Amino acid sequence: MDCYTANWNPLGESAFYRKYELYSMDWDLKEELRDYLVAAAPYGGPIALLRNPWQKEKAASIRPVLEIYSASGMPLASLLWKSGPVVSLGWSAEEELLCVQEDGVVLVYGLHGDFRRHFSMGNEVLQNRVLDARIFHTEFGSGVAILTGAHRFTLSANVGDLKLRRMPEVPGLQSAPSCWTILCQDRVAQILLAVGPDLYLLDHAACSAVTPPGLAPGVSSFLQMAVSFTYRHLALFTDTGCIWMGTASLKEKLCEFNCNIRAPPKQMVWCSRPRSKERAVVVAWERRLMVVGDAPESIQFVLDEDSYLVPELDGVRIFSRSTHEFLHEVPVASEEIFKIASMAPGALLLEAQKEYEAASFGKCFLDRFPPDSFVRMCQDLRVLNAIRDYHIGIPLTYSQYKQLTIQVLLDRLVLRRLYPLAIQICEYLRLPEVQGVSRILAHWACYKVQQKDVSDEDVARAINQKLGDTPGVSYSDIAARAYGCGRTELAIKLLEYEPRSGEQVPLLLKMKRSKLALSKAIESGDTDLVFTVLLHLKNELNRGDFFMTLRNQPMALSLYRQFCKHQELETLKDLYNQDDNHQELGSFHIRASYAEERIEGRVAALQTAADAFYKAKNEFAAKATEDQMRLLRLQRRLEEELGRQFLDLSLHDTVTTLILDGHNKRAEQLARDFRIPDKRLWWLKLTALADLEDWEELEKFSKSKKSPIGYLPFVEICMKQHNKYEAKKYASRVGPEQKVKALLLVGDVAQAADVAIERRNEAELSLVLSHCTGATDGATADKIQRARAQAQKK
Amino acid sequence: MAAHLSYGRVNLNVLREAVRRELREFLDKCAGSKAIVWDEYLTGPFGLIAQYSLLKEHEVEKMFTLKGSRLPAADVKNIIFFVRPRLELMDIIAENVLSEDRRGPARDFHILFVPRRSLLCEQRLKDLGVLGSFIHREEYGLDLIPFDGDLLSMESEGAFRECYLESDQTSLYHAAKGLMTLQALYGTIPQIFGKGECARQVANMMIRMKREFTGSQNAIFPVFDNLLLLDRNVDLLTPLATQLTYEGLIDEIYGIQNSYVKLPPEKFAPKKQGDGGKDLPTEAKKLQLNSAEELYAEIRDKNFNAVGSVLSKKAKVISAAFEERHHAKTVGEIKQFVSQLPHMQAARGSLANHTSIAELIKDVTTSEDFFDKLTVEQEFMSGIDTDKVNSYIEDCIAQKHPLIKVLRLICLQSVCNSGLKQKVLDHYKREVLQTYGYEHLLTLHSLEKAGLLKPQAGGRNSYPTIRKTLRLWMDDVNEQSPTDISYVYSGYAPLSVRLAQLLSRPGWRSIEEVLRILPGPHFEERQPLPTGLQKKRQPGENRVTLVFFLGGVTFAEIAALRFLSQLEDGGTEYVIATTKLVNGATWIESLMERPL
Repeated sequence: MDCYTANWNPLGESAFYRKYELYSMDWDLKEELRDYLVAAAPYGGPIALLRNPWQKEKAASIRPVLEIYSASGMPLASLLWKSGPVVSLGWSAEEELLCVQEDGVVLVYGLHGDFRRHFSMGNEVLQNRVLDARIFHTEFGSGVAILTGAHRFTLSANVGDLKLRRMPEVPGLQSAPSCWTILCQDRVAQILLAVGPDLYLLDHAACSAVTPPGLAPGVSSFLQMAVSFTYRHLALFTDTGCIWMGTASLKEKLCEFNCNIRAPPKQMVWCSRPRSKERAVVVAWERRLMVVGDAPESIQFVLDEDSYLVPELDGVRIFSRSTHEFLHEVPVASEEIFKIASMAPGALLLEAQKEYEAASFGKCFLDRFPPDSFVRMCQDLRVLNAIRDYHIGIPLTYSQYKQLTIQVLLDRLVLRRLYPLAIQICEYLRLPEVQGVSRILAHWACYKVQQKDVSDEDVARAINQKLGDTPGVSYSDIAARAYGCGRTELAIKLLEYEPRSGEQVPLLLKMKRSKLALSKAIESGDTDLVFTVLLHLKNELNRGDFFMTLRNQPMALSLYRQFCKHQELETLKDLYNQDDNHQELGSFHIRASYAEERIEGRVAALQTAADAFYKAKNEFAAKATEDQMRLLRLQRRLEEELGRQFLDLSLHDTVTTLILDGHNKRAEQLARDFRIPDKRLWWLKLTALADLEDWEELEKFSKSKKSPIGYLPFVEICMKQHNKYEAKKYASRVGPEQKVKALLLVGDVAQAADVAIERRNEAELSLVLSHCTGATDGATADKIQRARAQAQKK
Repeated sequence: MAAHLSYGRVNLNVLREAVRRELREFLDKCAGSKAIVWDEYLTGPFGLIAQYSLLKEHEVEKMFTLKGSRLPAADVKNIIFFVRPRLELMDIIAENVLSEDRRGPARDFHILFVPRRSLLCEQRLKDLGVLGSFIHREEYGLDLIPFDGDLLSMESEGAFRECYLESDQTSLYHAAKGLMTLQALYGTIPQIFGKGECARQVANMMIRMKREFTGSQNAIFPVFDNLLLLDRNVDLLTPLATQLTYEGLIDEIYGIQNSYVKLPPEKFAPKKQGDGGKDLPTEAKKLQLNSAEELYAEIRDKNFNAVGSVLSKKAKVISAAFEERHHAKTVGEIKQFVSQLPHMQAARGSLANHTSIAELIKDVTTSEDFFDKLTVEQEFMSGIDTDKVNSYIEDCIAQKHPLIKVLRLICLQSVCNSGLKQKVLDHYKREVLQTYGYEHLLTLHSLEKAGLLKPQAGGRNSYPTIRKTLRLWMDDVNEQSPTDISYVYSGYAPLSVRLAQLLSRPGWRSIEEVLRILPGPHFEERQPLPTGLQKKRQPGENRVTLVFFLGGVTFAEIAALRFLSQLEDGGTEYVIATTKLVNGATWIESLMERPL
């Protein structure tokens, strides 16, 4: 097992560094790396190369090629560069390639060489040209920093939300700084630059001179500077061959190392692992690579070829024309297992496994050890191996993978259009569908709709076949994408699969398919959605077309009517007119009549209503409305003649009022005119006369002819007015059916008993009995009991 | 605080807690002190979800009623409008906001739409230029409000009118949403049955919404076995009849609103001798009525004629319990007695209240007019003389009895005769118009449109067939210890509940013919469950059916369903949901033409 530690190089007492090969590069570069502008994205990301013709001679006629490769050197894209001279390349956190041109314009390309957008770094940059540019990453996103020909800095901390910041001037700066870098402290991006022996820190407000603590004297220039992946540490390379390492705040020095090489290094990057105490930087010259830390010795490697360093969270990637390597501090866990003479449990277990095969089954006997973390680790390793495969070419370490998260990794696979692999990983890790498979399928579909050579039908079918009803897939998002690509028909087809009408409808409206939107809204049953479309349509169509559309959609029509009832009464009338809905028109005018203040207006509205009712063949309503008009006119005449209010009284109340006021003739006339049925008229008169306590008139009335309502009501109403005397008059005239009741009402229990006995009515007998109270009615009660007994005998 | 919600077979407290949580989350979004401006209609229903104490805990310091012009002054950081999504309310809100801006320190405005946010309303606010003034515009999906351990209501007043008169399905959409919320908490309901046009629409919406939510499939074991959706217009008869259960009569006579009733105070005066009748309370006595009160839970669903005996029995038990104190001799006995005292006193208070209520009701039910009215109702329902002009109704009109009472009777007759002969109908209509005023022509039109009042089509009366097949009229009704649901109307078995009963046993196939006569389609839908969630019923375990009345339900119908739940061999327990708790009067009133 010696091979495990064969490439371990000690640095100081406690740390080992090792360098191993990730890939032998698949690419076939025509030139040396030094002839290219190079940009490699962190987290095992893609590599962009642009042959740099502008360095050598100003030959605008030469069109260089921009090439994009995976970390394993698999070609992803290649395109002819047709824009202006490029100063610098860099990748954003979303793996978009930012190409900074000399004129300050930044062109943004996708991973597959697809042009996305461009933006300018401002006028000042345009005027003074770009001297140097850096792309950097902070927690807010990816930023661009520019050094102009006027030796001024312009910076944008987030290219997604472009806000340009021109940094303050460095006093007395005559030439370009020898080196510079971006620091990020307290969530603010700053620029650190070196001019001769001096260091300046620029933030958006001020420029201040800074001094690294404990720097060995004699420095007349800084040749290189490097900030760590997390912006916590800073390394400076001086012209004395000294490497100073300290905190990025320049408050603390970690160590200093003299490498005795005064030639400026090509690159210098940090190489440390999160949560490790060891700090080291890797310095590269033409043919030499050096790892330097807080130790008297350094580790040295020979570089066979032109190489490029890519700083990572926990190490450094180094690639050249032929290979791609990873250099990092050996993790504690590996160290514990493989270090010579280690007695750590892991080392013992490994030893045991070598001796006894059975030890590899040992896990099964550990019953108190929860297997979850073991299983999870195996799964993670499997994922990491799958994406490291050179076809995929994403060489992530475990720490990088955890930092990146599985979600981002999936996004990156999607970005590389590696849909099947992404789905396999989701399924393997059993991610919830909404976060996993569905999301990836949706991305796939969004890619699919951009394939212009495939017909709408085929694309829609293909998408539906693959996505089906997969939960969490938003067909409307895909449709929106299709619409964005100018494929409206496809978008409509895709929307058919969208179950959420709340999503469907707004997009349809946006695509000006309002009528389709209307039927979708109706289907959903969401009336608010229907209203929204309706108001949209109302503005979009002319009135005639709008009404026609409504006519074919009864549900929408009734909703719109509701709306009009409260908001636009006139439109409501037009709607009824259009549909020849005379019944509702009639009701409409009746309602309108109440809003009229003057009686003429009311009558006119009612006339219109009556006409409508006739047209609706609602004879009854028409007649009733005409009666109402007649009554209104009559009431007005009464008001004029009698000087009291009649309007708005019902017919019944009008007649009653007339009687109460003593206008019996007029009352009679009115009752005749409107054919008030006899029965009700009797009730009416009875009530009114009793109210007046006009007993004389009441008696006269009762004798005018045979009462159609009998005489019990007379008894009742007199009793209600506490007039027993009058009540008794009528009790005798009550018919036999109700006589008992009447007699009881006037308190004649004895006679009531007689009648009941005579009628041999059991119910009446009980009723009378229940009225027998105390001693006075004792005899009557006995009489009833006797009669009952007799009846039973028979 | 709402323990009675968790007594039932389905713990509705889960729903209450869920909506309370949602409310708290919203309130906390608006940091700092707040004032709530209420759409007045919402305060009643909200009271069942959250008392003022909850709001206070979340820094609600003031409450106002939404009305025009300026908001009252309040030294708070946030003003939150709690409103239904109605355009006319948006206009008022805009007025409030616009007059607010001109004075004092700036305050944050928010809107909480209940139960749903509305694009239409937001557009209106935008047109009025105030949309941007609101920081949070959210919705509060308070569709179904738990009223009792087995009762949910949307308290949507206009639901029946909107559905059947105005073809506006908004409340159906809310009902479907409410059912989705319910399913999110209590699991997917595997079987949906329904009868009626609206029922069909709600079921369709539910199935559709289910498709929309497929991503967030919840893995909850289904609590409900069935859902039965019933259109109110399948059974127009039941609400028209006078309810004869205790709770039903309280509602008929005094009106129960959001579980509270206001009663005339005289009967509740503290009985002290020598008081000489002074200091009689003048403010109405307000009581909450729900199953949290033990005695009420026992008597609410009984026929009123059976309530008296329970009350007197209770009185004896309680006074016996108080007598115990004379027998308590040892310290231990006295201690035990004292420990029971609070409960006993509560019971005594409750008994006193219900004795008073029963007396109030009895005054009404023993009146001659009540008896006459009931006789006519029962004649109609049992099919006697439904085809001619009824003289009692004529007399009621002639004496100008309340219009709603008259309309209720005419409609009852019309429904029990599958429509009236044209001559009879016109006579009634003319009588009503002449007596109560021609303006009621529009009300009559509404009743006709809703099918409550109509001319008999083709001269055929199908009601007898329905009555006989569904056994809607039972002559041998036992009010004291009932054996059939017909006890709730002393003879008439509510059609709606009969449908529910027959669905559970033996199934609707046995009554296909009648179902075809009743309006609207009847249907059955299955909602597939993942295999892990399929229920294996234990022997003897009852099914749980949720009966949803679209367009309103009466307390008597609820009583009838509770009676079925309690049957030993019933096999089904019911939970009831509705758009609104109604009685004949409130229902007819909702259909009457409102003056503009």
